[in-house]
Amino acid sequence: MTAGMWVRSALTYRASFAMMLLGNLAVTTLDFVIVALMFQHTDHLGGWAMPEVAFLYATSSLAIGIADLLVGSIEGLGRRVRLGTFDTMLVRPAPVLAQMAADRFALRRLGRPLQACAVLVWSLTAVDVHWTWDRVLLVPVMLVCGAVIFAALFVAGAAFQFWAADAAEVQNSFTYGGATMLQYPPTIFARELVTGVVFGVPLAFVNWLPALHVLDRPDPLGLPEAFHFASPLAAALAATVAWLAWRAGVRAYRGTGS
Amino acid sequence: MPPTTPTAPADPDEPAQDGHPPPGLPARHPPAGAGAAWGLYGSVARGSFRRYATYRAATLAGLFTNTVFGFILAYTFAALWQARPGLGGYDTSQAVTYIWVSQGLLVTVAVWGGGFQDDVQTRIRDGDIVVDLYRPVDFQLWWLASDLGRAAFHLLARGIVPLAVGALAFHLRMPVSASTWVAFLLSVALAVVVSFGIRYLVSLAGFWLLDSEGLRTVALLLGMFFSGMLLPIALFPGALGEVARIMPWSAMIQIPGDVFLERRTGGDLAAAFGFQAAWALVLLAAGRAVQGLATRKVVVQGG
Repeated sequence: MTAGMWVRSALTYRASFAMMLLGNLAVTTLDFVIVALMFQHTDHLGGWAMPEVAFLYATSSLAIGIADLLVGSIEGLGRRVRLGTFDTMLVRPAPVLAQMAADRFALRRLGRPLQACAVLVWSLTAVDVHWTWDRVLLVPVMLVCGAVIFAALFVAGAAFQFWAADAAEVQNSFTYGGATMLQYPPTIFARELVTGVVFGVPLAFVNWLPALHVLDRPDPLGLPEAFHFASPLAAALAATVAWLAWRAGVRAYRGTGS
Repeated sequence: MPPTTPTAPADPDEPAQDGHPPPGLPARHPPAGAGAAWGLYGSVARGSFRRYATYRAATLAGLFTNTVFGFILAYTFAALWQARPGLGGYDTSQAVTYIWVSQGLLVTVAVWGGGFQDDVQTRIRDGDIVVDLYRPVDFQLWWLASDLGRAAFHLLARGIVPLAVGALAFHLRMPVSASTWVAFLLSVALAVVVSFGIRYLVSLAGFWLLDSEGLRTVALLLGMFFSGMLLPIALFPGALGEVARIMPWSAMIQIPGDVFLERRTGGDLAAAFGFQAAWALVLLAAGRAVQGLATRKVVVQGG
């Protein structure tokens, strides 16, 4: 209902809304234009061809796009904490997490998933892959798990704002920074960085690890085969940690009294 | 109420919605002479510098984000230049340096928009702008001074550390000549004025659009792409590259970046300054003209 309210409010200024949706679509298309421009100058990036990088780009972008659409509004938490308007959410008879997710629900965020879908369709037709049933199945699984992992990062990042209300931007390093990193092949990054997003922040499970199986690429870390299929487990773990962090945050929250 | 963060959010489609009223203009009488006027704008700039210096947590968080993005982009650039050494006339260490310099400048020249823009837009929406326009200080110069103060803080706070971290982790191409640092600072100052000119026009469009967020998104898009923030303009193909080179946005990242890398020296350096200064003047003049139109519009409405 809250989400519906924000949608109606956005549609009030139609010209501005159309421009925002188009602008959002264009902003997200922009990073793919950059990838395309890079491939104007080379056939391979880190040993991966353009359709393969496009596959990484699309799966990363679609996963964060869905997560952003569903729970992205939660990053406004710091502002609500500072202004003291978070208190009103606590007394309403609805789950706080759901209220925060629907707060300032922005339909214009459809831009990113729409554009990512287009790139995904193109990359699937362009990659040179022998499609077995497990590869076909892994694509939707990685998209769902990827969205859950990014959603967990949004929630955990927001929970962090209960303690550091001013530091909302740290969250962007992990969400948008992570999504940018996942758009490129793992082979171009330092080993420590890749290891960090496998065992630390579980970003590698969004698309890198399953993509290695789908695209039949060698694993730069030489991890066991099982990791390529472990995204659901990683997503479940990430969601649990985020939920615990959120609960701890809400419990630790004290109104500013303003 | 604790202070709110003034920095533009990294989510490009989510404009900062500060909940506090912007500082606005002082209700003081016109200063006596030109000297006093410059003193006033100097103190505006200093005040703005101090205002942004208050947000320590936000600054640290932004610094962290710039550094993380610096790493990610530096690796992708290193991979691209490994595949094509010397691409665009940059060697690999120059290309990686370009990334770290552009991360340091991102917030300084406000490629995403923001800074005074948030304040002006809030005041237009709330109607407070009517009072501002009739105050005895120059509206445009006031906000320019405030934006220069903000930029100076961001250059110090969010420029030096990412560059130092980048230099530790990668082989960077630092300026050989000491005078390059002076030229770089001058180029950054001109870049901020050009950026101000663009953001000022976008903000004033709020007089006609009621809600200028859409236009702001478009401005952000053009800025990110044509400034050379995401990819040096030398890598743009054909006509797109030609167009990008003469647009005002290239004055914001591409030119200061090339000055830092000492790709612009002697006559080329003078031409670069001339290009930046010309766009700065054109944009400031356009801003003044639009401001005049906006003022008259306010009168017509009886505001």
